[in-house]
Formats: sequence, C-alpha cells, structure tokens
Amino acid sequence: MTRQEGSTPLLEFRDINTHYGAVHILKDVNLAIYPGELVCLLGGNASGKSTTLKTLLGMVKPTSGEVVLDGEVVNDKPTSYRVERGVTMVPENRRLFKRLSVKENLELGAYLRDDKEGIEADLERIFSMFPRVKERLTQKAGTLSGGEQQMVAMGRALMARPRVLLMDEPSMGLAPALVQTNFELIEQIHQEGIAIFMVEQNANMALSIADRGWVLQTGKVVLDNTAEALLADPDLRRSYLGQAD
Amino acid sequence: MTAAVRAKGAGKTNVDRFLTVLRVVMIGFIAISLVAFIAQQIAPENPFAEWRHGDEGATRLSWAQYRGLLVTGISQGAMYGLIALGYSMVYGVLGFINFAHGEVFMVSAFTGFIVSTKFDAAGWWEGAAFFPAIIITVALCVIVSTSTAVIMERVAYRRLRGSPRLIPLITSIGVSFFIQEAVRLVFGPGAKGYPSNPDWLEERLPWLGIEVKKLVVIIIAAIAMAGLWYFVERTKTGKAMRAVAEDKEIASLMGIDVDKTIVKTFAVGGAMAGVAGILWGILFRSVINTTGFLPGIKAFTAAVVGGVGNLGGAMAGGVSLGGAEALGPLMILEPWGIPGVSQLRDAVAFTVLILVLLVKPTGLFGERLSSEERA
Ligand SMILES: Nc1ncnc2c1ncn2[C@@H]1O[C@H](COP(=O)(O)OP(=O)(O)OP(=O)(O)O)[C@@H](O)[C@H]1O
Ligand SMILES: [Mg+2]
Repeated sequence: MTRQEGSTPLLEFRDINTHYGAVHILKDVNLAIYPGELVCLLGGNASGKSTTLKTLLGMVKPTSGEVVLDGEVVNDKPTSYRVERGVTMVPENRRLFKRLSVKENLELGAYLRDDKEGIEADLERIFSMFPRVKERLTQKAGTLSGGEQQMVAMGRALMARPRVLLMDEPSMGLAPALVQTNFELIEQIHQEGIAIFMVEQNANMALSIADRGWVLQTGKVVLDNTAEALLADPDLRRSYLGQAD
Repeated sequence: MTAAVRAKGAGKTNVDRFLTVLRVVMIGFIAISLVAFIAQQIAPENPFAEWRHGDEGATRLSWAQYRGLLVTGISQGAMYGLIALGYSMVYGVLGFINFAHGEVFMVSAFTGFIVSTKFDAAGWWEGAAFFPAIIITVALCVIVSTSTAVIMERVAYRRLRGSPRLIPLITSIGVSFFIQEAVRLVFGPGAKGYPSNPDWLEERLPWLGIEVKKLVVIIIAAIAMAGLWYFVERTKTGKAMRAVAEDKEIASLMGIDVDKTIVKTFAVGGAMAGVAGILWGILFRSVINTTGFLPGIKAFTAAVVGGVGNLGGAMAGGVSLGGAEALGPLMILEPWGIPGVSQLRDAVAFTVLILVLLVKPTGLFGERLSSEERA
C-alpha cells in the first residue's frame, strides 16, 4: 500500500527545530508520513534520527516549527494524546520494563485502551505472530534474550493499535540471521495497513522494503526521495551516511 | 604531586581497613553477646555472667517475657513498615529520600487526637459506638495524611523534578521542619493525650497473654500492607507506578501520565503513614509535634534494611527492626551487665542501620533500583 495522491499526511514536520539546551539538533526539518506508507530515515550517528522520532511523539519539545497529526498542530499536546490517536514507537534499544513481566509489558502497550475484548484479541494476534512470547508471559522482561526482547517490544507497540509505528533502529543488536526475519516482520506489519517510519543504519535493507526515505546529516534533511532513487544514488553512502564501502 | 596521589591512595586503603575492622568488631561483639545470652539462659551462673553481673549471676528470661517483648516489637515494627513503604515508594519513582515523610505520619496522629477527643466528648469513644467512631477517625486520619503528602509533592517537590537528587532531599528536610513548627504554632508545644481506650483494648488475650491493642495494630497493619500489595501488583495504576519507577520516558510513551502517577505514589505512601499514625496514637495515646521524628528515622532505617525501593523489603525491614529493637537490648547488651538496657532501644535501632550499611549497603532483601544509575 502506498500513498494516495491528495490525502492529508498522517504525521508531518513543518520547519522543525529542536534543541537540547543550547545545542541545536534538528534544523528546519520538513517531512511527511502518509497513511499506510513505509518510509525510512537514514543518517550517521548523532545526526538527530532518534531526536526526530522523540519530537514526533512529543517526548522532546521542538523550539520552533509545527508537529502536525492528521492536519492538527499538536506541539502543545502530551505524548498520550498522540498515542491515543495512533502514533507509537518501538524505542531505540527496545527499552522494555525489565522488572515487569512480559505480560505486563504487553498490557502497558494498551494502557490507553479500555476495550477489554479488543485487547484480548490483539494479545492473541501477537501470540500467533510471536509464539515464543506466549511461552514467556510470566518471565521478567529483563531476563529475555535480545531477539525475544525485540518481539516483546514490537508486540508492546502493536498493543496500542497504532496507525503509524515509529521504529528506532529495530535491527540493532540482533544476530545477522535475525535481522532478516525482523525485516520480514516489519513488512508483515506494514501489510496489515500500518504506516511505518523506520530509522535504520542498515541503509540497503531499509531502502529495499521502503517506499521513500530521507537522509539526515547533522540535523538537516539532505536527501528526500523515493527508495529506488536513493538506492540508485551512488553518493548516498559515501557522502551522507559516513560509510566507507 | 605523585606523593599526594600516593597519600590519597594509601588513605583509601586505610579507610577500607578501618571499615573491615569495624565490621569484624561489631559482628564479633554481637556474636559474643549472643553466645553469652544463650549461656545465661541455660545456666545463669556461668563464669561470664558472674564476671559481668557479680556473684549472684544473670537472670533468666521467662517465656512470657520473650513473648511480651516480641509482640511489642512486632507491633511497633509493623508501624515502621507502614511508614517505610512511603520512603521506599517515593524513592522508587523519584530517586530521593523524602525526609518529611515522618511528618505525614505525625499529622495523622494529630488528626487522630483531635477527632478522638471530639468523639470522646460526645461519649462515642467507648461501648458499641466506638466502632463507627474509630472507623471515621481512621478515615479522617488517612484523608489528612494523604492530602499532606500530595500537597507536599505539589508545592515542594514537583518544581524540583530533574534537578540533582540532593536538592529535593535537602528540601524535604526543610519541609519536615516547616510542618513540625506549623503544628507547634497551631497546637502549642505540649504533648496531647488521646482519650482512654475502651477497656477491652487494654486487656490481654486469655491464654496467649497478648495485649489486644497490639494484636489489633498488627492485624490492621497487615491488612493495609496486603491492600497495598494488591494495589501495586494487581491494578492498572499499580502497574503504571512500577513502569514510571523503572523508566519515565517509556512510561509516557505508553500514554501514562507520569506526573499524575507520581502524585498517586505520594498519596498511597501518605495513606500508609496515615494508618500508622492513628495506630500509633491508639497504642501510645500521646502525640506532640515531634512525634514523627523518631518513628520516621526508624522507618527510614527499615527501608534501608529492606533495600530502598523494594516494597516487600520495607515491610520485612520494619518488622525485623521492631523485633531487633525490642529483643536486642536484652539479648546483646544485657549479658554485659549494662544497666537499664531497655532504654537503649533507639541505640540498637541505629546500630542496625550502621551495621546494614557496613555489611550489606543494598539492604538485606536485595535491591530494586531503576534502570537509571542511582547514587
Ligand atoms: N537528552 C539529551 N540531552 C542532550 N543531548 C542529547 C540528548 N539526546 C541526544 N542528544 C544529542 O543529540 C545529538 C543527536 O542525538 P540522536 O539520538 O538524535 O542521534 P541519532 O541520529 O539517533 O544517533 P544514533 O544513530 O547514534 O542513535 C547527539 O549529539 C546526542 O548526543
Ligand atoms: Mg538514535
């Protein structure tokens, strides 16, 4: 599913600037995510990718510009407001609640919902997607293996019934074999109609499944194109991602 | 310069050596005392006892004495445990020790005094009317202490969110003085007496010989703790609290309102201190503006003994501390022939604190701190 012409973006940045104290991180960033798209944000270390996601969710406040959700400016709305309206994230390093059980982690994903049956149904859906998670429901999340933690982190995010899922380096720390499975899972989630905005270091893999992409360099968007065009760009990796090959 | 560095390094190892000696001396002293105590229980006229107590030897404790001490210890310890929960919960979510928490307890004991005096004047503090009267009193005490804790958070601590932990800690000491002095200003400096308890509370159970009021204290404290456990472990709000304690940023990503959850944490801790306050009033029937100080510090000790941030540990720490405080003077100090040992219970309580910090600073029941590093 790709974007329909003329539809309003689900999430949008209009000339966003974000600072940490006096340090200027995001500089006049513009981007738009349409319903059902799979888009990715590339960039070297410390280029501001995680900050972009946190600003989208309101975990970090921009110093100027507008964050727009369904056409509404949400700069002053708390994170919960955005989560309720279908934006959620699988954070960098997964960040599960380590002292809570797997089940409690999943339930917290549905914290803002109160449709009991819907929550039960979504739990079942996640169990069928990740049978291993079901086996470990009562285990403390901190004792799971990296791959299992990734499944729970994705499950936790899906429990919010998102319309757009932000993913911060979902393949970080996974064994090479798992990275492939992980990308397949992301595509599977996308096929269910959930828009995906993925931050990745793994440019080739990410672009091979994405519709569009942006490249961020020291907080500025330096490339904004379709995935095919970006993949074909010979300078992409050398000039912007700071990778040698 | 190198000399200075070396001197510093050498100093550190000396401190280490000193601490090791201190640990060995303290544990050795306790071990010898316990052996001497057991010896004098078996044979009061053993040489050690005669050396320390003179020719008539030591006295053996009767079973009834033990039981009395233990029940006293546990009932006080249960109150320490209730207060300790508040220290532990606030530490769990905000990472600082709220030293004004003892005042929340004192405010409840004061409320209990005011309400019970009113009921007594109306003739409700005895007979069948006592039951509705005490329920209303407990409810009012809990409401007042909960409000005190919540207002404290709103006025003093919320604006300090994100500042170094030492700042709210020092603020809490200021808040503590403020509340103590405010209460003294309003109610005067003297101790206030609760009305006499109904007779049945002052009696002892037929064959167990336990004082009814102490048993009541233990039972009510146990119910309150069980309620808290259920709340924290089994309800959605409790789950949110544990999530906030572990990772505020991700908790907010789940849609949890972190500020509200912190307020609820203060409220629940305040309610537990409120229960402890009215129990204290009924047990000791006296309250003064400094009533919160010693129990507060001891509850803090209990929280440290249990491992700060660990709720089960706080309860267990409270009961252990109460028991240690009641039995310690007789089992550790009395065998040395020290006179008037029962007045040394506070010393025993704080020795326990020092000992735990020396031997296992993370607490006896394991530590549960948040994922952020905590100083
Ligand atoms: N809370 C914070 N306070 C101060 N500076 C921060 C904070 N979070 C991030 N930064 C800084 O902002 C810059 C961008 O960080 P960000 O996490 O957005 O980078 P990133 O592109 O996600 O990098 P990576 O690929 O390493 O995850 C970095 O220089 C980082 O040190
Ligand atoms: Mg990042």
